[in-house]
Parts: sequence; C-alpha cells; structure tokens
Amino acid sequence: MVNYGPSYGKLVVIVDVIDQNRALVDSPDMVRGAMNFKRLSLTDLKVDIPRMPKKNQLAAAIESADVYNKWANSSWGRKLIVQKKRASLNDFERFKVMVARVKRGALVKRELAKLKKEKA
Amino acid sequence: MKLWATNEVRAKSKFWYFLRKLKKVKKSHGQILAINEIFEKKPTTIKNYGIWVRYQSRTGYHNMYKEYRDTTLNGAVEQMYDEMASRHRVRAPCIQIIKTATVHSKLCKRENTKQFHDSTIKFPLTHHKIRPPTRKLKTTYKASRPNTFV
Repeated sequence: MVNYGPSYGKLVVIVDVIDQNRALVDSPDMVRGAMNFKRLSLTDLKVDIPRMPKKNQLAAAIESADVYNKWANSSWGRKLIVQKKRASLNDFERFKVMVARVKRGALVKRELAKLKKEKA
Repeated sequence: MKLWATNEVRAKSKFWYFLRKLKKVKKSHGQILAINEIFEKKPTTIKNYGIWVRYQSRTGYHNMYKEYRDTTLNGAVEQMYDEMASRHRVRAPCIQIIKTATVHSKLCKRENTKQFHDSTIKFPLTHHKIRPPTRKLKTTYKASRPNTFV
C-alpha cells in the first residue's frame, strides 16, 4: 500500500525491484512506474505473478487473489475506509455522528449506573 | 548529437560547446536546425544503463564508466550527476557524457547492479521508518516507540 503522497492508501503490486531503494510498482488503474520503498507499506496480501506481468495478466492475478475484497475486510483496510469516510463527512453527517455517539454514551452510562447500584 | 540539459536554452548552449570541440564553428557562424526532446521508448521496464563519463577533477581529466539501474535513460543520467557530485565532488559543468548504452544483464560490470539481477530477489527493509502520510499528522513526541521491523 502507498503510505505517502497523493496516492495515499492505494493498493499497488510490486512487480520488480529496480535497486535498493526503488521498486517497479503496478496497479490496474495506473501506468507502471517506479516508487521508493519509503512510500510503500507491505501488506499481507500476495499476488501470484511472474516478475514482469502484462497488464491483463496482472489484472487476472489480482482478481483470482481477490485482493480488493480481502483488503476491505482486513482490519487495516477497514481502518482506511473509516478514515476516508470521516474525512469526507459534511456538517450534517458530523452532527448525526455526534448524536449517535451521545446516545451510545448514554446507554453505556445507564448500564454502568445500574451495575454500580447493584454493587452498592 | 545527444546531450542532457535542464532546459532548451541550456541544451543549445551545450550543443555549441561540444560542436566547437569537434569542428571549427561558432554559434555566430552556425545555425541549429532542430532540437528535439527524446523520450524513453519503454519507461515501464527496468534497464541497466552504462554511462561513459569524462570529468574534470581538481587534478585533471579522467574517464569513468558507471552503471545504473533505472527505468529511463534520463533517470540514469540524473543518478550519474548526483553520484558524481556526492562521491567525487564533481559539479555538472565539469562532466561530459561520452556515451550511454543499455547494457544487458550478462554484460554488466559492477557488482552493485549485478546484485539485482536475481529473479527471486529478496531483501529486508531494515529499520523501516514509516512517515506520517501528511505533514499535518507529524508529531514531535510519540506515546509509544514505533515499530521499525519490516
């Protein structure tokens, strides 16, 4: 996953290694290009490809490895989705979130008060 | 003539510099017919570039052959200029590129490029520091020591 820069959060496949610091990186929706390892974070997902696959080979391998679904279901992937969602909320949606949090807090406090009463 | 410059003006000037060394002609007596930027044919493949350089050091002129792994020739040339500046303190005006070529992996001379000619290459990123994705999220202090393993 790209961890810095304009394509932050994007999943790319390391297709080849240029030298100690850079990798050739590819994804179905981008032109294959070089990227510094410092901008990349390795995920657990692996795609079965030969060293320099063609674009359609890469797309097929990503499909068979079911990368995007696995990513969206992994905890790291889910966190990123939530981050994006939070960043794109408008004011009304933020208000709704606040109301929901207050409600949830009230429920928790009510249960806690009941437990305290039983203890006392 | 193939030469490397940061802009067209510099390229034309460099052209006359090199031409004066080949033939007795000055810019005032000559005319540049065409100047074309050469783009990389396949910037999506990794190539080994061999660059033959003539450079001026503090004590005289020397030749050098350097190898770089890159996707484009311009990238390799940029690497060369950076490396010459850092390793030998040679600034760009003192460097002349004699020849560049893409070298087949079998013919590479330098161990540094040859070590990447491995189809099952594997190496760890030791002390992998993860940057905050935006400068806004940068903090001077952290609650817990970050994990730099892998």
